[in-house]
Amino acid sequence: MAEEKTYNKPLPDFRPETKPYWEGAKNHALVLPRSKETGKFFFYPRAMSPGDDMSEDLEWVKASGKGKVWTYAIHHMGPSKAYKGDPPYVVALIELEEGVKMMSNVVDVDVNDVHVGMDVEVVYDDVTDEVTLPKFKPVK
Amino acid sequence: MRDVYILGVGTTACGRFPEKAAHVLGREAAWAAIKDAGIHPRKIEIAFCGHVYQGMGVGQRTLKEIGLVGQPTINVEGACGSGTLSFWEAWRTIAYGQYDIALALGIENLSRVLSGGPLPLEEDDIEVALGMGMPGLYAMRAKRYMMEYGVTMEQLAKVVVKSRHHASLNPIAQYKKEMTIDEVLDSPMIADPLTRNMCCPVGDASAAAVLCSADLVDKLATKTPIKVLGCVAQSGKYSSPKGLTCDPSENVMRTSKMAYEMAGLGPEDMDVAEIHDAFSIAEMMVYEALGFCEKGEGAKLIEDGSTWINSGGVAVNPGGGLLSRGHPVGATGLLQTAEIVWQLRGEAGKRQQENANVGVIETMGGAQPSMDGITCVVSVLGK
Repeated sequence: MAEEKTYNKPLPDFRPETKPYWEGAKNHALVLPRSKETGKFFFYPRAMSPGDDMSEDLEWVKASGKGKVWTYAIHHMGPSKAYKGDPPYVVALIELEEGVKMMSNVVDVDVNDVHVGMDVEVVYDDVTDEVTLPKFKPVK
Repeated sequence: MRDVYILGVGTTACGRFPEKAAHVLGREAAWAAIKDAGIHPRKIEIAFCGHVYQGMGVGQRTLKEIGLVGQPTINVEGACGSGTLSFWEAWRTIAYGQYDIALALGIENLSRVLSGGPLPLEEDDIEVALGMGMPGLYAMRAKRYMMEYGVTMEQLAKVVVKSRHHASLNPIAQYKKEMTIDEVLDSPMIADPLTRNMCCPVGDASAAAVLCSADLVDKLATKTPIKVLGCVAQSGKYSSPKGLTCDPSENVMRTSKMAYEMAGLGPEDMDVAEIHDAFSIAEMMVYEALGFCEKGEGAKLIEDGSTWINSGGVAVNPGGGLLSRGHPVGATGLLQTAEIVWQLRGEAGKRQQENANVGVIETMGGAQPSMDGITCVVSVLGK
């Protein structure tokens, strides 16, 4: 019998307007929305640009996947029982080369080595057959 | 717009009361506020009940226990700002002339919802999927703030030392034991750099206030009526594409500026303040947002000790704040309001700030990705 993948943690909601982001992740690409009007990226992905332009005219652009840790927290306790056994883990705000900040995890690292300004690059965690979460690891 | 006064306030104690259902806590606080106001309960024309996790019709379920049936009762939810959002509703229905006497209530029994640990967030949220919780959000702000402004772990701990000291003088506080810097730092790490004692506890309580119009205050008041000088509720704006920052919250700055303007006063006029110190870092950042100091200088007020009661500056969280009095989410805003009313009336006992004439209350509710809070309410009260 084939082993079933079990992933008990909450999964993000697949809103139709965020399809390019999640499809990109599944294909191991970091695809981010950008306002055509202002040329600015934003995160998290949503139906319209959150700037004053309030534009629905978006384009989805493959990002370099490189950035720096802007800030982070070492979690010694998860937000729910689903995270039992995970701590300590790092949730971080990554400032991407494209100028936008995105929340993610820093993985493949000793949590005590993480620091503000650390160079990181995207890695892809295929948590289920359908969902891939972009995470970051230190640039060697 | 009419002037609005607070006739009475009442609270339960803060703590873990799994045996007391929400309506039991709520009944106790509502009745205490009505007794404090010295009015007949039937004079209340409308009620608002702030809560987060207490289920359908909690306001009605509570108020029927004290015979307050028939009048409109509106349940209000605004995350951790629910209590002050209910106060704002009561204030505006009187200010804009719809009713003359209103009850604002806040209730939460968290013990029946959580065994401990952080508040549950919306699980479909992209950031919750990464394992982020409320302590983690504040920890990230703290990490960046400490780096940018050279703030130390000891300074973060000193916020808690002050908070516990004030709470030791407050009979209703959840944590009344004084604490040293080392004790704060030695408690288990929750989300680095925040230790457990730098996070507010899980707890249960209720608090309430009775408000009336200026037309009735002379006729009804049995104690010093406290005037609502300013009262403003706002929601957070998008913080993306900038993302989370360690700058003072734009939401708190905007809301407090509007409340100060309504009151015709400024931060320099405040004698006492009750602010949303859900985590120790929040206190420093709210000092900046409320204008008690410049950006990046929050730790200076902790170092110079001026925010302790009777220490020459505005006394901040004289009741112990969320860190030590407790943070029963939906009740918090009205616990803060009750403390400021007691301070202005001179009824705050051992924790009384001398010559307290004007006070400010700031409540900030909720975390949402790329949004600067769900609800912020700021009230300015005076004698």
